[in-house]
Amino acid sequence: MSLLSVQGLSARYGAAQALFDVSLEVAQGEVLALMGRNGMGKTTTVKAICRMLPARGMARFDGHDLLRLPVHRAARLGIGLVPEGRRCFAPLTVAENLLAAARPGHWNAARIGALFPRLAERKGQRAASLSGGEQQMLAVARALMTNPRLLILDEATEGLAPLIRAEIWAAIARLKGETGLSILVIDKSLRELSAVADRATILERGRSVWTGKMTALSDDIAAEHLGV
Amino acid sequence: MNERWLNAAVVAGLVAFPLWALWMDEPFLITLATRAVILALAGVGLNIALGLGGLVSLGHAAFFGIGGYAMGILASHAQAYAPIMEWPFLIEGTKSMPVIWIVAMLAAALAALAIGALSLRTSGVYFIMITLAFGQMLYYFAISWPAYGGEDGLSIYVRNGFPGLNTLAPAPFYGLCLTVLLIALAAHWQIARSPFGLALNAARQSPARVETVGIAPFRLRLVAFTVSGAITGLAGALFADLNRFVSPVMFSWQTSGEIMVFVILGGVARLFGPVVGAVVFITLEHWLGGLSDYWHIYLGALLLGVVLFARGGLIGLVAGRGGHE
Repeated sequence: MSLLSVQGLSARYGAAQALFDVSLEVAQGEVLALMGRNGMGKTTTVKAICRMLPARGMARFDGHDLLRLPVHRAARLGIGLVPEGRRCFAPLTVAENLLAAARPGHWNAARIGALFPRLAERKGQRAASLSGGEQQMLAVARALMTNPRLLILDEATEGLAPLIRAEIWAAIARLKGETGLSILVIDKSLRELSAVADRATILERGRSVWTGKMTALSDDIAAEHLGV
Repeated sequence: MNERWLNAAVVAGLVAFPLWALWMDEPFLITLATRAVILALAGVGLNIALGLGGLVSLGHAAFFGIGGYAMGILASHAQAYAPIMEWPFLIEGTKSMPVIWIVAMLAAALAALAIGALSLRTSGVYFIMITLAFGQMLYYFAISWPAYGGEDGLSIYVRNGFPGLNTLAPAPFYGLCLTVLLIALAAHWQIARSPFGLALNAARQSPARVETVGIAPFRLRLVAFTVSGAITGLAGALFADLNRFVSPVMFSWQTSGEIMVFVILGGVARLFGPVVGAVVFITLEHWLGGLSDYWHIYLGALLLGVVLFARGGLIGLVAGRGGHE
């Protein structure tokens, strides 16, 4: 049974409809890559799932109807979001960012420190003074501190230096291999997604147009829907 | 100067001041310092809502007044040997400060819970206006409540008692108020560092981000507003005991404004901000008030200077910008 099941999801920004018919599934312990060119509705889909945007259709998480819940209740069910653009709590220190979000479970400050040693070294430093890559690590760490069952990563490596990108992808691979966490990941790097994702769903103009195993994503499909 | 050292210096000054006043044979100065300490306590209460939660409440006089009237009602009935109510159950007055404090805090907390539950659904200028309206509502209610003095207020003839202390003497009562203030400051310090306080601070900056980690900003703010109201209510009870008098003025919007001035003057969200603000305010009131009836003009100029040039308040001016501004 899927942990997250989305069927026929539609959403709009005011008068402009952004999603028409999005369907996707994330099973327990699975990594799903949500792919598509710019402006095809990936971030909007995530916002709709996390209840940050009103939506219609069906979105169920572990049997709960997400579309009836406020944002914080959806998060409390076990959805950890790493939003596009990092969005840390800027005036708080690294340690305070983690403590503010903490809920009981596997992930605590010590385990976060082992996953991201850079953050452990900067635990007393304000989030606003961290580099972009470190802020991104903090955003991932903060989401993990909520001890989610599904982690959603929206462009988690966008605009980062190759070295930092590699660290974040290594952390995602560790999360998959060692914790069995379900992950929904949005990224533009097909090569790195291929290394961690089990399956992929491709969006085009607000619709899911292809879903399948990552190994089945052929060059032709990538060229047709992703332009690569 | 490091903020911790500055805070320690303020505490040392507050402890040493009554000793100096006694040595100078100036007991009135102890009473003046007691007033500053109690008003600082009200500021500590507001600082939890304003400093940690970013809630600009112009209605905190409501809780200050509720605390004051809780003391006034309980003490006046105890002095008159007349029960507050006899049916359906007997409630008598009391002259015991600890009991009065508990009642004052509970009453103020309940009022804050109710006012917060309604006003926290709004934000910005609407929140300011709603809290102001609640404060004024209680002000006019107190004016039209003849049973407890109406517009003239209510006098208490003897200060209430605290086990083992002569509360009629200025120094012990000052020590008691200072102890309560230090406990409230310790509570504020603990709250600010707790996951609750950190989330509250984060919600001040971005409620939407806090929601995505499973926290409801409304609940955080409601709890903070309630705790804030309870502490301000306790200050109101002590203030009424200091003056042995309660009046509707305690509910007025000017009182709310003064409490906010203490916080802004000393430094919003700075732990000792309200303490420094209240001490400076009372000092100016006493010193400049002796020179001119228009001393508020000078206070206004100082406040303007602080807001324009010292965003961290007087504490920020000395210790530098820091904390969670």
